[in-house]
Amino acid sequence: MSAVAKKEIAGYFKSPIAYVLIGVYLLIMSIYFHPALKAGYGDFVDVLDDVGIFLIFIIPILTMRILAEDKKNGTEVLLLTSPTSLPKIVIGKFLATFTVFLVIVGISFVYPFIVVIFEGVITTQLVGAYVGFILLGAAFCSVGVFCSSLTENQIIAAIISLVIMFSMWIADQYAATVGGLLGGIMEWMSVLSRYGVFTQGLLSLENIIFFLSFTALMLYMTIRVIERRRWIQG
Amino acid sequence: MIEIKNLVKHYGQVVAVNDISFKVKEGEILGFLGPNGAGKSTTMNIVTGYLPSTSGTVEVDGYDILTHPEEVKKRIGYLPEQPPLYKDMTVTEYLNFVSDLKKAPKNKKKSELSDIMELVGLTDHRKRLIDNLSKGYRQRVGLAQALIGNPKVLILDEPTVGLDPKQIVEIRRVIKGLATDRTIILSTHILPEVSMICERVVIINKGQIAAEDTPDRLSSNLSKMSKLNLTVKGDKDKVLKTLGNIPNVKYVTMTTKAEDLVYKYVLETKNSSDIREEIFFKMAENKMPILEIKPSAATLEDIFISVVSNTGITQTEEE
Repeated sequence: MSAVAKKEIAGYFKSPIAYVLIGVYLLIMSIYFHPALKAGYGDFVDVLDDVGIFLIFIIPILTMRILAEDKKNGTEVLLLTSPTSLPKIVIGKFLATFTVFLVIVGISFVYPFIVVIFEGVITTQLVGAYVGFILLGAAFCSVGVFCSSLTENQIIAAIISLVIMFSMWIADQYAATVGGLLGGIMEWMSVLSRYGVFTQGLLSLENIIFFLSFTALMLYMTIRVIERRRWIQG
Repeated sequence: MIEIKNLVKHYGQVVAVNDISFKVKEGEILGFLGPNGAGKSTTMNIVTGYLPSTSGTVEVDGYDILTHPEEVKKRIGYLPEQPPLYKDMTVTEYLNFVSDLKKAPKNKKKSELSDIMELVGLTDHRKRLIDNLSKGYRQRVGLAQALIGNPKVLILDEPTVGLDPKQIVEIRRVIKGLATDRTIILSTHILPEVSMICERVVIINKGQIAAEDTPDRLSSNLSKMSKLNLTVKGDKDKVLKTLGNIPNVKYVTMTTKAEDLVYKYVLETKNSSDIREEIFFKMAENKMPILEIKPSAATLEDIFISVVSNTGITQTEEE
């Protein structure tokens, strides 16, 4: 694993931030899981479907410092004058945030396990939902990393990523109203409808490629933003 | 080792560095001087690959910074003006991270880091959080960071800022010791430091090179202008008039009052002629006893100020 990723992951788990975010998110999952369990149908797919939106609030807090802090503290100089290339640095930073997200995913396997204990079954639908959930997390982490590269103010970075993620989430509700080309783009960008396909248990190649290429595009744009600032900054 | 050719850097409309060229030979310590905002840090940021130049080239060990950035960066250890430290890490954690980042050989990492910490005097502080270190120790961590990976070139932007006098002496000794097999560019505001450490000096002002030579030669050049410090007993207006009338005196001014009727004067001669005897006889003739007469050796401060203000004057004249 790259030096940058290792350092950032260690940084997350040395401070309370990773624990708090993981804890809060698992609490939200439990709140949604509890009634389902109580009613006896214990289906975790619905829970994953419901809790996806909360990533909009958790991930910006996770990613806001990842590049903004380096710029503010002057440690960016260290990174950019090291022989490690900029793409590797940005990917390392992204992987660190994504790893924290994966810890949430990992711990959340407890819920389907509980379902199995109470004689439920793991369905292909659940596998699909998890694949979608992980891809959604990757895309949102990349949005967060990108926004963190835009400013040296962490709060502003968090707010911008929240706004972008929220617009992506609600885009398809307004796509029909807007109509035309813009409506088409909004529909294409809508993560909610694409995520919904996964939680129905459908692993559509188109949606997998969408999330992967969206993540790659965001990281590419992050690199461009940092490059561009090097050329114009004072 | 380092070759800078016609370097230009614009920040929008502002020209920070305007056509700078100089070379640094292998094993040399170059002092990089200039007033605030002269373009020192900008130049250093370009040489280290942090900022791209508007035009001009920088070559380190034969590699161009724009076409082979990684080769150049591998060869440079950089201590920026503000040491790039992660305050939430301990000294050891931080240096470990930098070592990985710089792709230093992993098998020698432990011994390399402990050698460096010993060298800059951090061994006793290695387990402390950087946040809890004083400014002087943070500066040492910054220097340690620059030394990781045994780079051939060190670029140090004001390395002794914030250190106490004892630490300054130590760090200077460390830097001098490092120079045996390294090329060093050192920027500083502390001029005695330059005459102490550096073999050659480049003074820049307003983004241009104002002077470039050895510290000794710069100061002897300036001493030829022969400044004399005089202490004379007598009415100061009369003394000034008499001194002013001596041929080859460029200017004379009273600096301080020493005692009653005793004043100190500074006098500069034209075309560096030695006029001490003439002054002696003239003053004796006028019954103004000279209590002291002493040629003033130009310090680096004088050089710096004269060089920097000279270019200032010529520039305004051109305009």
